[in-house]
Amino acid sequence: MAVFPWHSRNRNYKAEFVSCRLEAVPLEFGDYHPLKPITVTESKTKKVSRKGSTSSTSSSSSSSVVDPLSSVLDGTDPLSMFAASADPAALAATTDNSRKKRDRDDNSIVGSDFEPWASKRGEILARYTTTEKLSINLFMGSEKGKAGTAISAMSEKVRTRLEELDDFEEGSQKELLNLTQQDYVNRIEELNQSLKDAWASDQKVKALKIVIQCSKLLSDTSVIQFYPSKFVLITDILDTFGKLVYERIFSMCMDNHSILPDHFSPENVNDTAKETCLNWFFKIASIRELIPRFYVEASILKCNKFLSKTGISECLPRLTCMVRGIGDPLVSVYARAYLCRVGMEVAPHLKESLNKNFFDFLLTFKQIHGDTVQNQLVLQGVELPSYLPLYSPAMDWIFQCISYHAPEALLTEMMERCKKLANNALLLNSVMSAFRAEFIATRSMDFIGMIKECDESGFPKHLLFRSLGLNLALANPPESDRLQILNEAWKVITKLKNPQDYINCAEVWVEYTCKHFTKREVNTVLADVIKHMTPDRAFEDSYPQLQSIIKKVIAHFHDFSVLFSVEKFLPFLDMFQKESVRVEVCKCIMEVFIKHQQEPTKDPVILNALLHICKTMHDSVNALTLEDEKRMLAYLINGFIKMVSFGRDFEQQLSFYVEARSMFCNLEPVLVQLIHSVNRLAMETRKVMKGNHSRKTAAFVRACVAYCFITIPSLVGIFTRLNLYLHSGQVALANQCLSQADAFFKAAISLVPEVPKMINIDGKMRPSESFLLEFLCNFFSTLLIVPDHPEHGVLFLVRELLNVIQDYTWEDNSDEKIRIYTCVLHLLSAMSQETYLYHVDKVDSNDSLYGGDSKFLAENNKLCETVMAQILEHLKTLAKDEALKRQSSLGLSFFNSILAHGDLRSNRLNQLSVNLWHLAQRHGCADTRTMVKTLEYIKKRSKHPDMGHLTELALRLPLQTRT
Amino acid sequence: MGTALDIKVKRANKVYHAGPIQIINSTIEMVKPGKFPSGRTEIPFEFPLHVKGNRVLYETYHGVFVNIQYTLRCDMRRSLLAKDLTKTCEFIVHSAPQKRKLTPSPVAFTVTPETLQNVKERALLPKFLIRGHLNSTNCVITQPLTGELVVESSEAAIKSIELQLVRVETCGCAEGYARDATEIQNIQIADGDVCRGLSVPIYMVFPRLFTCPTLETTNFKVEFEVNIVVLLHPEHLITENFPLKLCRM
Repeated sequence: MAVFPWHSRNRNYKAEFVSCRLEAVPLEFGDYHPLKPITVTESKTKKVSRKGSTSSTSSSSSSSVVDPLSSVLDGTDPLSMFAASADPAALAATTDNSRKKRDRDDNSIVGSDFEPWASKRGEILARYTTTEKLSINLFMGSEKGKAGTAISAMSEKVRTRLEELDDFEEGSQKELLNLTQQDYVNRIEELNQSLKDAWASDQKVKALKIVIQCSKLLSDTSVIQFYPSKFVLITDILDTFGKLVYERIFSMCMDNHSILPDHFSPENVNDTAKETCLNWFFKIASIRELIPRFYVEASILKCNKFLSKTGISECLPRLTCMVRGIGDPLVSVYARAYLCRVGMEVAPHLKESLNKNFFDFLLTFKQIHGDTVQNQLVLQGVELPSYLPLYSPAMDWIFQCISYHAPEALLTEMMERCKKLANNALLLNSVMSAFRAEFIATRSMDFIGMIKECDESGFPKHLLFRSLGLNLALANPPESDRLQILNEAWKVITKLKNPQDYINCAEVWVEYTCKHFTKREVNTVLADVIKHMTPDRAFEDSYPQLQSIIKKVIAHFHDFSVLFSVEKFLPFLDMFQKESVRVEVCKCIMEVFIKHQQEPTKDPVILNALLHICKTMHDSVNALTLEDEKRMLAYLINGFIKMVSFGRDFEQQLSFYVEARSMFCNLEPVLVQLIHSVNRLAMETRKVMKGNHSRKTAAFVRACVAYCFITIPSLVGIFTRLNLYLHSGQVALANQCLSQADAFFKAAISLVPEVPKMINIDGKMRPSESFLLEFLCNFFSTLLIVPDHPEHGVLFLVRELLNVIQDYTWEDNSDEKIRIYTCVLHLLSAMSQETYLYHVDKVDSNDSLYGGDSKFLAENNKLCETVMAQILEHLKTLAKDEALKRQSSLGLSFFNSILAHGDLRSNRLNQLSVNLWHLAQRHGCADTRTMVKTLEYIKKRSKHPDMGHLTELALRLPLQTRT
Repeated sequence: MGTALDIKVKRANKVYHAGPIQIINSTIEMVKPGKFPSGRTEIPFEFPLHVKGNRVLYETYHGVFVNIQYTLRCDMRRSLLAKDLTKTCEFIVHSAPQKRKLTPSPVAFTVTPETLQNVKERALLPKFLIRGHLNSTNCVITQPLTGELVVESSEAAIKSIELQLVRVETCGCAEGYARDATEIQNIQIADGDVCRGLSVPIYMVFPRLFTCPTLETTNFKVEFEVNIVVLLHPEHLITENFPLKLCRM
């Protein structure tokens, strides 16, 4: 094939730059600009004066741009407005009347400030556990056994019906004994599932039976330590049941496909639905035993809404009274808790019943210390201090329900009533757990007094102090009391003998100490914790609490120089001897450091401590460490490295990086960061010296360069290495280290053949070609200005690179190689210019070295010809059916390259471009719009001076018409 | 091809060892002999329930000895070649609510070892004092039985307190009369050793299938009673009986 000679177009970069540059237009004050700082202050008045205008109009035009985010906040949030108006069914149902009522009575809505039951569940399950064996008795055996009391001539029908209720699955009604806690939980979960299954398969009676059986388990107080957890598990089932029944009846109310609105009234409910609902209530009313009858009825409390408006308000007080029949005080208080829970959910405005539950509970409070309970405890071998806390979850919940948005007077009354009772520590604890923190905090000294008076043998005091501490973490006591509170509390806490009790309490009080006192007090507290937790390695059982203490301390001491001057802080860290925990703690500290450290630091105390912490994190990395974990650790260590600065002491800085490299060699991202940091250091040096290195700085910069050069090969990521070689080479070049720069570029070139075809990106294998293309283009841009080495041939780096590209095994059916050649053509064109597009300060590029020497240009053109020959060769191979499209687009792209970089006054080149134009259109693969645009562009260009020859070219480029 | 439809209403009243007594039997012809058009044919009908002579139309009731049942029978007579068709179904009769106002009849009670009858060795009984009241022994069948009970004191721990609803059927016949009591519902109102001095609610819904207004006729009676049963540790059972009068309002 014929060899086309290449003629580069002569470029006048300066003139081109001037002609292409956008004109800068000064911005008048008040003109709209999207990047202008948003002024929020005026938005309010603006809003009023322009009522009704949409936010889009107000955000344009004037000086006070309304912040679109803040405008959302003042109640006109379009989403919530939409949600409010978009539900026509809801609108239809809520008559104005009821809506007004709801608005007035905000009690009926439980806000997000009410801690929901769901958040208590997990805590209870985790806290109330047992190693004793449990049993589930799913057989109404007691009923049959006890029947002796009555006249036994039941009709057959009654008998069968009752029996039907008794055994809900033939053969399954047995007592499951010797269950471990986990077995028990699994069993209950199975029951929950079989309830759902039974319901789904329309076995409503079976479903009811399951629920009855389950709620009966709540009357069983054997293995009493587990009772709170049992309550949680079983009431889950009851909740499921309640929901199923409600939804079932609700779905029956759908007449003519119209769905009943959420706030319906009983008149909207049809008779079938009502009858079904009534049937449920009749069935439940006939449940023989008190506890299941209570729980099952409570679980479907919400269904009263179908029957009458006043249903719930009549039912709640009755159920409240019904609980009085439960003799066991623990069972009874949990029943009340469930009632309050359902009540809060269904009718939170009915405060009276909540209060009645509380006062009824106080009336029965004396039972807890009565004979029946004491006998039971002796039987089960449970001590009072471990029995009393079993009440807390239920009581806390009841107290929380009542105190929610309750007037101060009620809280005061409740507290006074509690005070009057004997053995009231349990009550005090719930008051502190449930009431508003502010209420408690202002009365801290009172509470401390009351706690002190409590009987030692009853409710554990450390729990009381813990509850108080929790309040003080949230709300502030009066200023004058603060120190005294700490002293009084810590006096008791420090005397706690059991390390678990101690740490649970201390953990809470650390927050208070950090919040209101200085590092001196915090140090004292930390020292006390160390003293208590070190004997017998007690810390091993308390890592979560110790971790929490660290978190609290670092949350309050953002100034790390202060933090590390707390003497006991680092000794405290030494207690974390289990590696996983230690790393966790280190991570926390580093996160806080990164978040809060504003200024770079060289404080040796901080550096030493944090280096130690980072080293701990780094050393935890092993072959099994997950990628995510490594990424996280590297992110934290990098955050630290970036924050270290020795100011103008660059040598110190470099030696820090050297030390860091030796410390963190296993985390690639950290090494990458270090290389970047060192490169930056070199550039900083250059900046300080304003480009003129002294002997000393030159040596220093070379040290930096050397650092990078020896660090890069230890990295794994191939593109990481390539890019860092390029980047470091650029830095070397900028610092006039020419031979070092050459070394970097040569290293990069020799690395290219190693690029695999597929690389792993975020766990997925992807072809690497596009990345390689990107890198090479970047590389070419740099090669433009790299001066030739006097001992090597002309353009030796470009030649070497071309050889590598030639030999690289490219993907079949890929045009990447040709795209790269096109780019090389651009590079060579740029190199043949008299003055290059850009330069590095104080580095003579080839333009000044060769000064437009004809030999150099000839070499250059020869290279161009070779490259072009390759391109044309490739185009030829694409003349097959399946490749025509590629041929067309590649041809057009080559055409564009010639247009941009070639001198079209050359006839051969001119002819070639016309041929390419035809090639692009030949098989109808070209995009007509692109072709039209290209042609228009050529015509436009031909108007420019020196471009007249393009007019003639344009005439030779026909547009293919589509017919 | 004459086909006639008629409907019979009868009341079967089984008395102990005696045959059913019919109190009502009326027949109406629904359709004159003829031919139905093909497809589904619905024939509306109605007739008043008139009793025979001076008998009373009682409420539907299914007991052990007494059964009051109303059935509706439809016969379709067909030509010689085809069998006649018959279908029977039961329908429920509720008497019309009484117009007069129910006079509440509250009963207060106190139970101590001394008030008990049928005690073999009174001295062995633990001491206790249980007080309470029923709001009314005249009850509306659709309304619950209500009241309160207070365990003022009890030496022995309480196991359980229950309400036992008992139905008493009495039938007269040639040999005298037979009386039979059946427990139809048992509701526990207290479980375990309840708090002393705190009132426990008495509350029981009358079961729909097994109760009817109290009935007294010359041949038979259906009456209801409630027992308050207190179980004490270890094995003491105390029962207090209250006859009830149920009516429909």
